[in-house]
Amino acid sequence: MIAARDLRKQFHGVEVLKGVSLDIGKGDVIAVIGPSGSGKSTFLRCLNHLETIDAGDIAIEGETLASTDAAGVCRYVPEAEARRICRKMGMVFQQFNLFPHMTVLQNIIEAPITVKGMSRDAILPKAEELLRKVGLLEKRDAYPSRLSGGQKQRVAIARALAMEPDIMLFDEPTSALDPELTGEVLRTMRQLAEEHMTMLVVTHEMNFARDVSTAVVFMDQGEIIEARPAGEMFSDPRHPRTRCFLEHML
Amino acid sequence: MDYIFQILGPLLDGTAVTLQVFLLTLVLAVPLGLALALVRVSHFRAASTLVSGYIWLMRGTPLMLQMLFIYFALPFVPVIGVRLPDFPAAIVAFTLNYAAYFAEIFRSGIQSVGRGQYEAARVLGLSYGQTMRRIILPQVVKRILPPMSNETITLVKDTSLIYVLAMNDLLRAARGIVQRDFTTMPFVVAAAFYLIMTLVLTWGFLYLEKRHAVYED
Ligand SMILES: Nc1ncnc2c1ncn2[C@@H]1O[C@H](COP(=O)(O)OP(=O)(O)OP(=O)(O)O)[C@@H](O)[C@H]1O
Ligand SMILES: [Mg+2]
Repeated sequence: MIAARDLRKQFHGVEVLKGVSLDIGKGDVIAVIGPSGSGKSTFLRCLNHLETIDAGDIAIEGETLASTDAAGVCRYVPEAEARRICRKMGMVFQQFNLFPHMTVLQNIIEAPITVKGMSRDAILPKAEELLRKVGLLEKRDAYPSRLSGGQKQRVAIARALAMEPDIMLFDEPTSALDPELTGEVLRTMRQLAEEHMTMLVVTHEMNFARDVSTAVVFMDQGEIIEARPAGEMFSDPRHPRTRCFLEHML
Repeated sequence: MDYIFQILGPLLDGTAVTLQVFLLTLVLAVPLGLALALVRVSHFRAASTLVSGYIWLMRGTPLMLQMLFIYFALPFVPVIGVRLPDFPAAIVAFTLNYAAYFAEIFRSGIQSVGRGQYEAARVLGLSYGQTMRRIILPQVVKRILPPMSNETITLVKDTSLIYVLAMNDLLRAARGIVQRDFTTMPFVVAAAFYLIMTLVLTWGFLYLEKRHAVYED
């Protein structure tokens, strides 16, 4: 579904991604863990073109988004095509980023109507079904400022799903939440995983990584140190840095 | 009292001129200001710099000077030189000047919307234009209502500057009567007219602010 090859990215001369490669298959639920500043968010944001890579190749479902030639020149496909390719990925942010001037329902139907050109009538049943799924149907006409953090994040998930992505990217979806609100969001994500959604999740929730993900990727200082099936990673981390990190987290 | 009714006619005529300048400027300068702001925040460096220069020029010189320039000096400028009658000249000067102020208000409004909104729109597949139209500008409207209210009230009062082109706006009409009749009463009535106009504007903006208060950022 996603093939990332040797991604490199600098910010102001500092290398944040030092050649990151990862293959994500259909139905994979991959947790990305690692210390703060290790480049997890940057990696995720490079995949859907919120950041541009300096070198490497990215292909989404076999379609090239960016590639680097033998001379080391990295090129992206034209903007419109890049946008079409990236639409296959939905994204959920740590800070929710709901549209504050729209109600919950409007947040969800905005992109299907504006981007896909669907009629309101066509998207409404789907939107309501999504709201029911995340348990927020009764909030459909509320503005985001009236919702709790957990509710906001569930709306954000529903909003992303309304575009029917094949892959969902999550960047620390529960980190901005009070501890007692993380459960409801994780439950929604777990449900998605059970429906075989392909997911890439940057998280500090080790329980989620262990119990829900099919594989865990440990990143440190701009590199993937270890990528293993979830069970193995937690019971038997190979690399000393992974072991050290997990000891601190658990 | 009779005297007031007597001078009401010419003062109302003056008010009509004032309102015309005000409304035309508003209708023309708001879209122009928005367009300038969009160029200003765009990634077209050269165009953005050009707009900055324009805003600097328009805000850095007196409106009265700009008006005099367009009316008296523009006819002698090569290529673009045209002789405009007084009313169009005033409208052009007011529009060009106020567009610069409105552009700055729009710009700061646009830049006050967080990056997360652009990113959320982008990952949902919205183009830059769609993001501006559907996500950013609707939020900007709410944020700029207070400064826009200020600026439009200033505009009502600035219209009195057109007296330098010998146009009979409210203030000039009042002054004419004052000089004729040796009484300050027309000034008092004119002040009342200005106050009514700005009061209506204040109410209008308060109403808009209330309507936009249904959501919080
Ligand atoms: N837009 C940016 N401009 C400059 N530096 C940046 C930018 N974004 C990230 N960085 C830097 O890149 C490095 C990696 O950041 P990144 O956000 O990817 O880390 P992370 O693993 O997601 O950390 P965290 O767990 O704290 O979210 C950090 O040192 C950060 O300061
Ligand atoms: Mg991060």
